[in-house]
Amino acid sequence: MSSVPRFWRSLGSRYNLEGTRCKECGEYYYPPRNFCVNCRRIGHIEPYKFKGTGEIISYTIIHTAAEGFEDQTPYTLAIIQLDEGPRLTSQVICDPDKIHIGMRVRSVFRKLGEDGEGGMIYYGTKFAPEDS
Amino acid sequence: MRDVAIIGVKNTKFGELWGKSLRDIVVEAGAGALEDAGIGGKEIDSLYVGNMSGGRFIDQEHIGALIADYSGLSKNLHVPATRVEAACASGGLALRQAIMAVASGYNDIVIAAGAEKMTDVGSEEASSALAAAADREWEGMAGATFPGIYAMIARLHMHRYGTTSEQLAEVAVKNHKNGSLNPIAQYKNRITVDDVLNSIMVADPLHIFDCSPITDGASALVLAPADIAHKYTDTPIYIRATAQASDTIALHDRRDITTLDATVVAAKRAYSMAKLKPEDIDLVEVHDCFTIAEICAIEDLGFAEKGKGGIVTANGETAIGGRIPVNTSGGLKACGHPVGATGIKQAVEIVTQLRGEAGKRQVEGAEYGMTHNVGGSGATAVVHIFSRER
Ligand SMILES: [Zn+2]
Repeated sequence: MSSVPRFWRSLGSRYNLEGTRCKECGEYYYPPRNFCVNCRRIGHIEPYKFKGTGEIISYTIIHTAAEGFEDQTPYTLAIIQLDEGPRLTSQVICDPDKIHIGMRVRSVFRKLGEDGEGGMIYYGTKFAPEDS
Repeated sequence: MRDVAIIGVKNTKFGELWGKSLRDIVVEAGAGALEDAGIGGKEIDSLYVGNMSGGRFIDQEHIGALIADYSGLSKNLHVPATRVEAACASGGLALRQAIMAVASGYNDIVIAAGAEKMTDVGSEEASSALAAAADREWEGMAGATFPGIYAMIARLHMHRYGTTSEQLAEVAVKNHKNGSLNPIAQYKNRITVDDVLNSIMVADPLHIFDCSPITDGASALVLAPADIAHKYTDTPIYIRATAQASDTIALHDRRDITTLDATVVAAKRAYSMAKLKPEDIDLVEVHDCFTIAEICAIEDLGFAEKGKGGIVTANGETAIGGRIPVNTSGGLKACGHPVGATGIKQAVEIVTQLRGEAGKRQVEGAEYGMTHNVGGSGATAVVHIFSRER
């Protein structure tokens, strides 16, 4: 599914929903960026920990899994807009019949996937209905 | 800048070509295009080849050199060969590089080719290679698949505009019908809306028949300065515009999930360069990697009002004989989608149509044609406009 170093590099972001924010223009970034796309060279990026609440913009229910996610099907995948503004792609842990556009969600810490049998297990942020 | 013409074209058969290697199919397409143009090898100044993922699909990089070698363009001639990569838009981008080489005056006769051999690996490995065209770290690691990403485009399009699964299915039905008229198509069987709706769900709301297949195939074009094109052929087809635009690699970072801004901008640049409007275009080959992609494409290219792509398709306006025939070749859905070849294959189809050589799928009196090639979920879009008259 992925390389260990690549995952390690973004551990803080994946475990704690840490992103970044540009002091110059105020834009929030998650997934984190260390270069502001608005200000480019004059931007000043600092870390920012997101509250973890947001809303579903769109979603799908995956029946044919991505590599490393075979034992999770069917699973829901959604684009979530965090309350601070940025959007991300994440699984949502809920009844597939209940998921809908506009649904309020909050971040939770869960297993994301694994590198085949006996391989590294990846943990990180998923989302669940806010009222659950 | 010089005007550029296409003087030779060739597609291989598209499909599961288990008996042939990448080098086999590229030579077949290249030699066919040269024969079509009536030229040998000595005139060729350079070669551009679109190939998305040779490293993943056949464990081979250095595809430019490989192709020059097996085309006989390395020995004695030492023709420069460059691989161009932009995921599924690699072919369209190879064409664009070739056009710029001729238009600039730097080269005269240039080959633009595209090729992918996808069935030498299993379908899981192929899907994983394709997923690399999205954001691996922030989409792939969440469990996103390519159908899943397009499914989220489809879901929001349905939610916002009332587009239905039946309307999506109509794209596949039309493209299979067109594919049944194309000798090179991977699928020549006609299907119904019910066939699509009853097929396996891959990523809700997309069924397997909403998705383009895994395909082997190669396509090639020969380009020349328009001023000397008649030396080679009676029916040169002219390039009126080449345009390209970029967007965020991840779908979640887009301004609007249901609009491919890269397509909108590339189209705007192309129309402006050609001094043409959507109404002037007689037919278009769009990037229908998924049925929803064709719906978005016809909206983003200006052939349907935003949100009306499904209705326009269901009304038959995009069928051969309709207001704006879309994907007369059968598209990626029925013709097949060898990712690096698709952008070149689209151009081959438009040239064939503008020459009036498309047989049963001929669009009568076609003067202007367009191609639209997308990389990933829209991080790259390449649009070309072609004309019969200079
Ligand atoms: Zn900034």
